[in-house]
Amino acid sequence: MSVIKRVVIEPVTRVEGHGKVTILIDEAGKVVQARLHVVEFRGFERFVQGRLFWEIPVLVQRLCGICPVSHHLAAAKAMDIIVGGEKLTPTAEKLRRLMHYGQMYQSHALHFFHLASPDLLFGFDADPAIRNVIGVIGKYPELAVQAVMMRKYGQEIIKATAGKKIHGTGAIPGGVNKNLSLAERDALLKEVDQQMTWAKSAVKIAREYTTAHLKELLPFGSFDSNHLSLVRADGAMDLYHGNLRAVDAQGKTIFDQIDYQKYVDLIAEDVRDWSYMKFPFIKKLGPESGWYRVGPLARLNTADLIDTPAAEAARKEFRAVTGGKTNNVTMAYHWARMIELLHSMEKIQTLLHDKDLQGSDLVVKGQRREEGVGLIEAPRGTLFHHYRVDKNDQVVMANLIVSTTHNNEPMNRAVTKVAQDHLSGVEITEGLLNRIEVAIRAYDPCLSCATHALGQMALDVSVVDPGGKVLSEKSRA
Amino acid sequence: MNQVGSHILVYGYGNPGRGDDGLGPALVAALEVLGGDGLDCESDYQLAIEDAASLAKYDVVVFVDADKTGPAPFWFDRVQPSRELSFSSHSASPGQVVGLAREMFGARVKAYTLGIRGYRFDELSESLSTQARSNLALALAFVERAVREQKFDEYTRQFGIDSGRGCACDPQPAEA
Repeated sequence: MSVIKRVVIEPVTRVEGHGKVTILIDEAGKVVQARLHVVEFRGFERFVQGRLFWEIPVLVQRLCGICPVSHHLAAAKAMDIIVGGEKLTPTAEKLRRLMHYGQMYQSHALHFFHLASPDLLFGFDADPAIRNVIGVIGKYPELAVQAVMMRKYGQEIIKATAGKKIHGTGAIPGGVNKNLSLAERDALLKEVDQQMTWAKSAVKIAREYTTAHLKELLPFGSFDSNHLSLVRADGAMDLYHGNLRAVDAQGKTIFDQIDYQKYVDLIAEDVRDWSYMKFPFIKKLGPESGWYRVGPLARLNTADLIDTPAAEAARKEFRAVTGGKTNNVTMAYHWARMIELLHSMEKIQTLLHDKDLQGSDLVVKGQRREEGVGLIEAPRGTLFHHYRVDKNDQVVMANLIVSTTHNNEPMNRAVTKVAQDHLSGVEITEGLLNRIEVAIRAYDPCLSCATHALGQMALDVSVVDPGGKVLSEKSRA
Repeated sequence: MNQVGSHILVYGYGNPGRGDDGLGPALVAALEVLGGDGLDCESDYQLAIEDAASLAKYDVVVFVDADKTGPAPFWFDRVQPSRELSFSSHSASPGQVVGLAREMFGARVKAYTLGIRGYRFDELSESLSTQARSNLALALAFVERAVREQKFDEYTRQFGIDSGRGCACDPQPAEA
């Protein structure tokens, strides 16, 4: 039996929360497997047990400071089912959509310009002293300011629709608790043309980068996979609502237009002894081949069209690169993300001109139910919220599958591929470290809904033998 | 409240659903009730890059955060603009935000951090620990006075993180 050594990297920088990477190699130095260990916060299910169901859309925002709006809306959608209010009024649905597109816009802008762009603009091997956001500010100052203003605009939409930035209360079971005032609308409209220009330019940057570096990017952390997302009844991309569709690596449909209230019939979660995070898979394909990707790349692969003109034109260019077939290139996530950013801005612009947002019919109710599932396409991918509520209105069961969990197996595969291609011996070179981070970062993972108290975060890299002895260490402040 | 006329932002951040991590927003919520001329209060789960644009319009910004390991009940220190190599996540440190404000918007804001010692972070809980509540009360009294007098730099000498002072129960009047 060959001896397996472990190369450990922790935590990964410029992604959410903390994680570490362990690369298992055999005696010959060949990479056997790479494992991304995620420090996932547990205990939410217990936390919400006994809480009144209408508190949940606000409560779940405390799970994560990165994407509270996604949790807020997914929980509200589940509670819509509980109160029999899933058929929202036009004002309620459009206001929620505006909130959601604002979240997508700001999240995608931040990720691309401030987390990913240093890698893309300066190259994976550029000096870390330059390959960072300060480097971007120095060389492309207008781009850096633009990113901040895009992020700020998305946050202003969230504030206007959710009521406030922290603990927003906009979405409630069966609807919303406020409309968009004319003053709020007009303030947002003032900037919308500028934001649209920036969104189009962001797609151009991502497209030009990807097509110019295609030879390098095609194999980088890439592998064939299934893809899953919500799609509209006509197959169009819909980031807020729809039915489940999954396609395989060649684009063949695995299932389509499945009501997500029945997701437990389709999706199961595998458990592995080395990770707290589960590994979701499509039941009928089994854990070995049923794993799938979610998020921007998956959504571009599952959707037949995008119902906004500029994003649809961009989607066609995106699909043309792979001859209209499924795109399995990990680094194509960035281009896909910018197409979604543009789509979100087109939706925001249209919604801001819609008088329904000033309507007063905000809430509907119907037949009370005891179980509800809410799904939404969050910035990082499909987010599942599932609750059971008793006759006393108290939550008795909660199950969440977050986007990063869906992408657990793909992220491990991406790291394995990079390690196989770039690890030499047991030394963790800057080049290897950079590439592992780049591959993980493509998924924009939220590795932990952790606290953000002072005095956290650094990058420590260790090489450890099977007995736990540290062979070498590398740190990055 | 504000004796000098500066435009001041007190910005508390943290997650109120994670026990003592909510100390920053809790202080801001209490300070908002007290109010004051020229004082704005803001809170969020964490600092982010767009805060660089927001704080550029202020003369003084006081960031308020929970601290896992610092001196109790709190410490108060100047924020140095940071040119750190990278952001580690979607959140940013006070130094990074101030650095970005300077780099991108030419801001010359004076920034400080008020770190309040917390003890319980690793569980989902909407309440502060008993000790944290006690620290919060003292920190609130301190920041209310600091904002009113605006002798921030003097107070950093008394309560800076390296000052060795573990107790700020009764801030000494700052020298003119």
